[in-house]
Parts: sequence; C-alpha cells; structure tokens
Amino acid sequence: MAVTTEKVDVPAVSTPKHAGGNKRPNKYRSALPQYVAISPFFILFAIFGAFPVFFSIWLSFHSWDGIGAMKWVGLEQYNYLLGDPKFWTAISNTLVIWVLSTVPMLLLALVIANALHNATRFRSFYRIAYFIPNVTSVVAVTMVFGSIFSNNFGLLNAFLQSIGLSQIEWLSQPWGIKIAIATIVTWRWVGYNAIIFLAGLQAIPSDVYEAAKVDGASPRQTFWRVTVPLLRPVILFTAVTSTIGGLQIFTESQVLLGDTGGPGGAGTTIVSFLYENAFVKNQFGYGAAIGWALFILIVLFSIINWRLIGGDESERLTSRLRRRTRKEQTDAH
Amino acid sequence: MRTDRIRDLVSHVVLMFGVALSIFPFYWMLVMASNTTPDIFTYPPKLLIGSHLFENMGKVLDNIDFFGSMLVTVIASLGVTVLVLFFDSLAAFAFAKYEFPGRNWLFGLLLATFMIPAQLALVPQFVTLAEFGWIGSLKALIIPGAANAFGIFWMRQYARGAIPDELIAAAKVDGASFFRQYLTVGLPVLRPGLAFLGIFTFINVWNDYLWPLIVMTDPNKLPLQVALQQLNGVYGTDYSMVMAGALMSVIPLIGVFIIGGRHFIADIAAGAVKS
Repeated sequence: MAVTTEKVDVPAVSTPKHAGGNKRPNKYRSALPQYVAISPFFILFAIFGAFPVFFSIWLSFHSWDGIGAMKWVGLEQYNYLLGDPKFWTAISNTLVIWVLSTVPMLLLALVIANALHNATRFRSFYRIAYFIPNVTSVVAVTMVFGSIFSNNFGLLNAFLQSIGLSQIEWLSQPWGIKIAIATIVTWRWVGYNAIIFLAGLQAIPSDVYEAAKVDGASPRQTFWRVTVPLLRPVILFTAVTSTIGGLQIFTESQVLLGDTGGPGGAGTTIVSFLYENAFVKNQFGYGAAIGWALFILIVLFSIINWRLIGGDESERLTSRLRRRTRKEQTDAH
Repeated sequence: MRTDRIRDLVSHVVLMFGVALSIFPFYWMLVMASNTTPDIFTYPPKLLIGSHLFENMGKVLDNIDFFGSMLVTVIASLGVTVLVLFFDSLAAFAFAKYEFPGRNWLFGLLLATFMIPAQLALVPQFVTLAEFGWIGSLKALIIPGAANAFGIFWMRQYARGAIPDELIAAAKVDGASFFRQYLTVGLPVLRPGLAFLGIFTFINVWNDYLWPLIVMTDPNKLPLQVALQQLNGVYGTDYSMVMAGALMSVIPLIGVFIIGGRHFIADIAAGAVKS
C-alpha cells in the first residue's frame, strides 16, 4: 500500500521540475491539483496506517520490551499465544459479552424502530433521547453503570433487596461482570441501531404492505414475512458493525475493572488483553501478535455474518419477494 | 381508525419506557453528583437530586487539573475536526467531480483501508510516534487522524449529488483554479455535509479513550477521558466526586449534540441505509 502512495506523489513532487521544458500536455500533469487534493489521506495512511501494519508483522516475530534490542524469535510469539490460557479466556469473554449485548440490542432496536415508525408525534424528541447514550463518553457512562452494579450499596442491589431478593456481587462474579459490561454496550447502542432500522423501515415502499394486506396477512405475518426480509441489508449492516465493535470492546472493561480484567480476568476482552500485554507489561512483540489474532477473528466473524444473513443472496431473495408481492397485488386487482 | 389509535398509543407507551431507560443513567449521575457519598451508600439510597453538586464539583477541581484536561481535549477535538473537514472535503471534491488517471483505483484503495481494524497496528503505531518524539504531545492526538477514509467516502457520496456540474464548468470558463473551484463552488454546497462530518468527528475525538490512554503519558497534559479515569482509579470510593467529574465531562458534548443533533441523526441513518 505504501507503493501506491508513491504513485500518487510522484507526479505531485516531480512535475514542477519539468514544468518549464514539458510542452506536451501531460494527463498526469493536468491532474496535479487533484492528486494534491487527495494526497493528505494517502500520506497519513502510509505513515500511520500501512507502515505500522507491515511493521507489526515484523514485530510479531520478535521479542522486544520497547527499549532494549529486538530479539528474533520466529513464530514463538504465535506459538505462545495459542497455548496461553489467558488468550482463550479473553476470546471466550469477548464472545460471551458480544452475544449478551448484541442479541438483546438488535431485538430491542427492532421493537423501538417499529414503534418509532408507527408513532406520528414527538419523533425528533424520541430520536434525540434514544441517540444521546451513543454520543456520551464511554468512560463517564461506565462509571455510572459501575455504581449501579456496585457490589455494596449499588442501586441494582438496593433494588433487589427492596423486593426481597438477595444481593449479587455483580463485579466479583464471572457472569455478573459480563452482564454488567454487556448492559453498558446494549444501553449505548440500542438507540443507534433503532435509528438505522427506522431508516430502513421508511425505505420500504408502502405498496408491499398493501399487497400483504390484500392477501389477508396478519400483522405478525407481515412483520416476519415482509418487513424482516426486506430489512435484511440493513440488518446485515448492523450485525457487521456490532460484530466489529463487539470484538473491539475495551473501555468498558478497563474503566470498570482496571488493567487486569477483574477477579479471575473474567472481564478481560481481546483488546484489553492486547493492551495489558503491550502497554502494561511492555511486551511489544507479543502485543503485535495479539493484534494479528484480533484481525483474523474480525475477518472470520465478518464472513460468518455475511454467510448467515446473506449478502447478494438476500438481495436476490428480497427482490424476488417484492416482485412476487407486486404480482399478487396486480392479480388481486 | 380505532386500531390505528390503539397502535399509536401502544407505540408511545413502548417508546416512553425506552426513553426512561435511555435517560435514567444521566439522572442517576446527577443524583450521585449532587449528594454526598454517605447519602448514596445507605439503604434505601437517596433517589432525588441533592444540594451538594457545587461542593462535589469543587472537589473535582481540587484533585485533578480539570480545566487543563478539558483544554487538551478541546484543542485535540477542534484540531482534528478542522483538519478532517478541510482534507476530507477537498479529497472528496476531487474524487466526486473530476476525472483523473487512477481515480477509481485510488478510491478503491481508500475503501480497502476500512477493513483494517484500528487495534491491529496499535503497538507499531505507538513505536512510530515514539520515534517522532510525539508521545505525550498533542500532535499524537491530532496528526494521525487529520484525514480519514470514512469522511472522504461519505463526503464524496454527498458531493456527487449536491454539486451541479454546470457550476464547475462555469467556474472553469471563468478561469478559476481547482482550489478556487473548491472554495467558491464546492464548499458552499457541501456545508450541510460538513456540519454532519464535523459533529461526528468532534464527538469521536472527544470520547476516544484507548489511543489517548496510550500516547498521552505526560501527567500535565492528560486528556479529559484519561484524567477522569484517573480520578476514578485514585478516588474511586468517593462516588459523588467521581460522578461530579463525569457530569462535568459530558455536559459540553451533550450541548454540541443537542444543537446539531437532529440533522446529525438523519444523516447517520441515511449513510447506513445507502451503504
């Protein structure tokens, strides 16, 4: 990728030198302003994106504390990573938190989007109220939820006590920790996803619904047979973004539980595992290797999402469905 | 129709319940920040807004350099936002409205960079900045994010539909340079798109945590989120004070959001549905 940037820069840098002697109108030269216009991104990406990516491959074959000499260890970091029980714990923690947050989040978002779609008044009030959690800093939000889930005198435990249930040490137990983190994630992202679903709902043409009505479909049938299939592309978008976001959870865990992920590391996510090894223990080579493991996981899960919810296939399906409902509509008339 | 009215009512009940859950943590933050810690740590806890808000805020100012941290965050957020708006809109204008050799190929490359997760190269990014001597300096927060693929992609989609070709052709006839065409034809038309990208960028930089945590190591120049977490780590038992700090850190941002929020939400949703 660094090569590409050079290609952009070559005309940008070298043409002015030839400017006097060059009489032929050069298509690269006449596009010089455009190349200059797009160059900042490519230059910054080369320095802070592409170069570090390649450097991290190199780094992951070394043992390095960031200060002393780099020591070549070959595939040793990866070998150690695959045998590191903490790595597997971090993966399973991340996946559990991801499921605990994504499933309720997308379902609630769908319900809210539907209600928003039906409601005619106060729409902009609702949108702002639902979106505010998403723009509030995760650090501040996590502190509030930390106090709500607090073992002693937390609001949730006070509530449990008031209805006669026994208290739960949320932030000491493996499941309690994961539920607390998943709650924060869900709270932050339900509104965002609802707004996106709403836009998807509004993009569904009303003739499709009329066709369903003519066919005598119940509201439930309409929802599952018409709305959900037509929303597939939007659902895919939200599923992919929540997967990528879910695999990168860090702040909630770090603010709630500190660098080590709480008792037994039950709140350690992949990124907090990376952070701890690279920036707390200064194991840069190991940190680079963990970064690649994360990358592979993200690619893997994106492919799974794509297969499950379907890319092209779902588009074909929805257009077929739409054609069919249209046809039924004309038949009915 | 009656069923429609019932459906409307049910929708509003569901929505108001959701709004209550959405807003409650903010209310609880205010309750904690305005009571004393012993008041909260009793059973039953106080559930109403108390009278100790300014006292708790004062304690925050005594314990951390709150306004210094806020200044760091404001400079970083504004700096990145201004640079992103300029670089992204300029690049988007070129990609959207001009033919040049390699255009589609370069744009494809730009889209491909989306695939790289931010954490993949966290360690070498840190090492690179350390080589530059930027660790602990505002440059580390501002320069690497000064142009981004998302903004260019988004602005290009916007510019393609919004800027009429005739206006550019007319500017060319008048002998305007590319940059002058950008200033006189592009920028005025792109203003609504810039408003969205500006708020989006500002909020993201303001709230970013992992990157500042790693690169802003100078204790005299901690950004707001990092300072807040330090307050939490050191004085975690004084909930009221920590919550007062949290409250002070979110108020400016919520202000920005409410001022620019309505269009912002519509734009975010439109972007997702189109892509």
